Amino acid sequence: MSYQLVRTGVPDEVFRSLADPTRRGILEHLLEGGEQNVRALTERAGVSQATVSKHLGVLKQAGLVRDRPQGRMVHYAADPQGLSPLVDWIGFYSAFWRDRLDQLDAVLDRIEP
Amino acid sequence: MTIHATEPQSIRIERHFDHGVPKIWRALTEGDLLAQWLLPGDFRAEVGHRFTLRAPPAPNWNGEIVGEVLEVQPLRRLVYRMYAQGPAPDGVTTVVTWTLRPTAQGTRLLLEQTGFRPQDQPNFHGASVVWPRYLTRLASTLAADDSG
Repeated sequence: MSYQLVRTGVPDEVFRSLADPTRRGILEHLLEGGEQNVRALTERAGVSQATVSKHLGVLKQAGLVRDRPQGRMVHYAADPQGLSPLVDWIGFYSAFWRDRLDQLDAVLDRIEP
Repeated sequence: MTIHATEPQSIRIERHFDHGVPKIWRALTEGDLLAQWLLPGDFRAEVGHRFTLRAPPAPNWNGEIVGEVLEVQPLRRLVYRMYAQGPAPDGVTTVVTWTLRPTAQGTRLLLEQTGFRPQDQPNFHGASVVWPRYLTRLASTLAADDSG
């Protein structure tokens, strides 16, 4: 039996995107500091702007941040919706039960009537 | 303990299975079957029975979901309370209701889970504390996974 099951309430993309400590740091800055542009985030990140941009792309893909272009600048902000499965039992259990019911389907096929 | 006069939130999932009601009921109530699709533990379909389901432990959680059976109508309805402190918010207590209805092709199974929002739970600490705390716990969970 796979023991991934309890964590399946959170999309894999979210976990993968948060596995990197620099990306976690960027997300925490956005949570604490509100909307910021890439340059401001780079100043705090200790890595190159290109690397910060790459990390922001991954976070955006995972639904954890949103971007807002303004002229030549892009501002980023944490997206509370993306984090909600981590802090919201509804988001967590919705996916948890869907996965469990898929597993129930498989088990039912195996057992005698 | 103060009771908050707010509405609980609910999840509702309905699914049809091409299997008869008795088989679905067994899968919902027999421990060895539950272990295959839900979690291993000591569940028994008896009103008042307190059970524990065991997920693998993580750095921030011992993996236990504890519960109490509230209602048993064989082949029709099963209700239990569940409490887990872990990947979902601390100390959320929810009530899970399974309803079974026979159909021409098998069984319509309805799952409803009801609980209060975290901020309406008596032990909620406040949003500004929650975010950094969860990220820290998540980080340690992920770090344990990476090294495992």
